Amino acid sequence: MTSIGTGYDLSASTYSPDGRIFQVEYANKAVENSGTAIGLRVKDGIVLAVEKLIHSKLLVPDSNRRIQTIDRSVGMASSGLLADGRQIANRARDESYSYRDVYKESPPLKELVQRMGLYVQAYTLYSSVRPFGCSTILGAIDKSGPVLYIIEPSGVAYGYHGAAVGKGRQLAKTELEKLKLSELTTREAVFEAARIIHLVHDDAKEKEFELEMSWIGAETNGLHLPVPKDLLEEADKKARDALEDYDE
Amino acid sequence: MDHFPTSWGRQRNDAYDAYNTYPLHQRPNPGHDAFADSVQHTQQPIVTGTSVLAIVYKDGIMMAADTLASYGSLARFKSIQRLHSVGTSTVIGASGDMSDFQYLQSILDELIISEFTEGDKHELGPEEIHEYLSRVMYGRRSKMNPLWNSLLVGGKKDGKRFLAYVDLLGTTYTASTLATGYGAYIALPLLRTAVEGRENDLTEEEARKILEESMRVLYYRDARSLDKYQIAIVNDEGVTISEPQKLVTSWGFAEGIRGYGAQTQ
Repeated sequence: MTSIGTGYDLSASTYSPDGRIFQVEYANKAVENSGTAIGLRVKDGIVLAVEKLIHSKLLVPDSNRRIQTIDRSVGMASSGLLADGRQIANRARDESYSYRDVYKESPPLKELVQRMGLYVQAYTLYSSVRPFGCSTILGAIDKSGPVLYIIEPSGVAYGYHGAAVGKGRQLAKTELEKLKLSELTTREAVFEAARIIHLVHDDAKEKEFELEMSWIGAETNGLHLPVPKDLLEEADKKARDALEDYDE
Repeated sequence: MDHFPTSWGRQRNDAYDAYNTYPLHQRPNPGHDAFADSVQHTQQPIVTGTSVLAIVYKDGIMMAADTLASYGSLARFKSIQRLHSVGTSTVIGASGDMSDFQYLQSILDELIISEFTEGDKHELGPEEIHEYLSRVMYGRRSKMNPLWNSLLVGGKKDGKRFLAYVDLLGTTYTASTLATGYGAYIALPLLRTAVEGRENDLTEEEARKILEESMRVLYYRDARSLDKYQIAIVNDEGVTISEPQKLVTSWGFAEGIRGYGAQTQ
């Protein structure tokens, strides 16, 4: 970013001469500094996983959750500023409610994502607000089956088979590409997700992290639920073991 | 809305024309309150469901309602489900206005979702649902715009059985046997005789028999009822609402009733 300090980065309502909006790019930086979040869209479900970095040993375990529930079968994992993620989650719940109020059925994820995209984009238009410092992975099972989207700080939203945001997204993406996502079961995907999160975690820089995972599938009756504790521990252990083999 | 200004009556302010020196001409519609029809509140139910019955038994609670939604005395809709599960440990049964019941279903659904999205692993049980409903019903009656229903709320959570009533006035009470509508006159005495004092002994099979027998009596006596009904059970396994079942009845005796059978006198 050679144009830093030229004055075009002071407001999200000003373009730089070469057509960029620096505040939005800085928002992306906030995401890049955060622990990785991934989402897998597989044969019969969705798995979300987050590498939640623990900045203090004094924190209560399982606090500051980064995976949230939007609707019965809609889950969200955020990367970046946690508080911004919560704001987006609350807005998504409101949108879900208002859709249901009008149409008397749950919104298709595509519709929800479009509305959230508009909302996030509106924060790139005014000098009085800052863009959201978080990328959001939204996963759901709706009428069309399992679906997965990322909403970026700019407001763009794309659908994915495998999604990765945050610090380790590059490595996570190459790992996701190796998987045959459309052939995996949700249960198998839990193990793959745990493995990828452990793999992308950089021991040298950050010591502690908590593996946070949720899933939507036949085993949860189509609900978005945290991965059960025993399965989470099994996946966590398997991922650690695999990593040790990988290192050797 | 009446657009004749003189129909709106005199201004309330005494400072204006205090001695009535400005006569009002004859009104086009004398004695009619021009504002009365600007806001309309529910004053009667339209499409209605009849009785709901519920009893407490050994393993939980059981509820029964037929599947009829009447339009006045016309049997308009014959397969309407009037039992509805809320969350994982509660069932509600509604008599009265079916559109108001559908509205209640949608706000309860929203309530359950907003609790679910908290992700705190807490769930609303039958007691909370009943309390919530009673506040909604009382709030609406206080706005002179009631939701025209009598509801039974039953369930089992943390090993505790719960059964209670709430109606369009916000009235609530609880008992081991409950019935709404016509059932409160016809079936409730039968249910009390069969259930009271035996709540902890009645098996599922016995409870089912008691309800079936009461539904049969109601079908014989209640002109707004149907011989198709459903039974909801809440026990430790959760909520199950049965498929519609048919009542076995015999109307042979009707031949001998004056005014019903073939005879003319």
